[in-house]
Amino acid sequence: MRIAIASGKGGTGKTTLAVSLALALAETHPVELVDCDVEEPNDHIFLSPTIRERKPVEVLVPEVDREACLSCGACAKACRYGALVVIGRKVFFHYELCHSCGLCRMICPTQAIREVPRTIGWIERGEGKGLPFLQGVLNVGEPRATPVIRALKEMTDPKRLTILDSPPGTGCPMVETVKGADYVILVTEPTPFGLHDLQAALAVTEALGVPAGVVVSKWGVGTDHVERFCAEKGLPILLRIPWDQAIARAYANGIPLVEALPEWREPLRQLFQDILLAHGGSGNG
Amino acid sequence: MVELVVISGKGGTGKTTVVGALASLANEKVLADCDVDAANLHLLLRPKIEEKIPYEGSELAQIEKNKCLGCGKCAEACRFGAIVSEDGVYRVDPLSCEGCGVCLQVCPAGAVSLRPRLSGWVYVSRTAYGPLVHGELLPGEENTGKLVTAVKMRARAMAKDAGAKWLFVDGAPGIGCPVIASLSGANAVLIVTEPSLSALHDLKRAAELARHFRAKISVVINKADLAPNLVEKIEKEASEEGLPIIGHIPYDEAVIRAQALGRPVVEYDSGPAAQAIRSLWEKLAAWIGL
Repeated sequence: MRIAIASGKGGTGKTTLAVSLALALAETHPVELVDCDVEEPNDHIFLSPTIRERKPVEVLVPEVDREACLSCGACAKACRYGALVVIGRKVFFHYELCHSCGLCRMICPTQAIREVPRTIGWIERGEGKGLPFLQGVLNVGEPRATPVIRALKEMTDPKRLTILDSPPGTGCPMVETVKGADYVILVTEPTPFGLHDLQAALAVTEALGVPAGVVVSKWGVGTDHVERFCAEKGLPILLRIPWDQAIARAYANGIPLVEALPEWREPLRQLFQDILLAHGGSGNG
Repeated sequence: MVELVVISGKGGTGKTTVVGALASLANEKVLADCDVDAANLHLLLRPKIEEKIPYEGSELAQIEKNKCLGCGKCAEACRFGAIVSEDGVYRVDPLSCEGCGVCLQVCPAGAVSLRPRLSGWVYVSRTAYGPLVHGELLPGEENTGKLVTAVKMRARAMAKDAGAKWLFVDGAPGIGCPVIASLSGANAVLIVTEPSLSALHDLKRAAELARHFRAKISVVINKADLAPNLVEKIEKEASEEGLPIIGHIPYDEAVIRAQALGRPVVEYDSGPAAQAIRSLWEKLAAWIGL
């Protein structure tokens, strides 16, 4: 079973929830935690994992053989992303625009284009605090997070309960993380920004056909807009985590919630039971 | 003109709160919300939309059923897993299709075509604080970076036409394509961070990215009183990296109360956060050399 933890707005508590839910369930279930926020991965700060395996994530990009190239411009004309431009007799390649589709190689009349791997990030596997752990790290300056997330998802263990910590937003990296999950927990805060971005995230999860429930963090400050919206929509609120200096302090210092405040173990286990009831599954496979 | 882009690495550190306040404090400015997949600036600035421009960032493949031979060559060639077959009938999954056209190239029956897809909207609005350009990405659409570029190009053109002194850009979290698109062409970058190990980790990656561009970079620490030990750590590491810290904003519930009313915090009260942002604005203008 795969549970994704997402949010439209950043800084709502995805990492806090993902790390502590995984730790709380690890005592009773085979769990693995996967940090899909490859632009800014933070789960490792809370787990201090021992990394046992590290492998590059490669995408294919074109390389032009200048001898064989006729400068005909067919590749540039075909590329829908504008990644290839012919100026004079030379082909210029803008890798940041390339989607690695392979069309340029197919199009070239003289087979002057071959595809070569380019490393855009890394997958790391290990364990921390007894928890199997996977994370992706995008190289700084690389624009495309999705190939790293796709590679991460391929390395997950289908026999385990997989908790996927999603990047914020509703763009391609979030879509890639949530796609194929059995359930998504949308974490939000009780503010107008939180509500607005919850609505945007929910529109995506609905388009993906993944059932969703809500966790409200920093509960007690702000407004009741989120509560009213969830009631109207019939969207379950799985948990409310109050605004609490002790929780904020643990987060700031990189200590998992269930370690600093063990009384949170039980509510997190209950949250998982509520998801299982909604999902109708056993939690395995 | 100063093009100031506000980023953070980590989400939820207070980018929009800061940009909303700068919108209220500065004169002669244009505003752009480049966090198009979770745009919030309009909630503070209450814009009147004057122009709504469709954004077609990519194309979408479609298969004509009566021409399709069912050979599966398109599914084999597609690198995005966007061609799905159900009982031998092939169709395109719009959530996976990136509009590259490989399927069209390999189809022996001419059954595939590409059509423009509506991926979002660019809005040009008027606010009490000056013109605002913002975007909206439709659910599940790709190419956020291109929409950010469309928003920014429009805002930049408007700022130049109006002879504005400032273009304030509210960026997205992370360091991927939307952030890279929002940084392109900036001459000043403000990184909003908060005192946590996560935010510090993310600040360093955001700063490393910002250094790829020719811009002055400075840092402001939000919610600075929540973890004084980490403020010290951030100050130390920022100074080692040559990043000036030009402000500290304390945690203040007035920020949330102002947000609930849809107002920049500096117009809500003159409490600790509002005061700190006013002094940040003075330092910012001096730091940039105005």
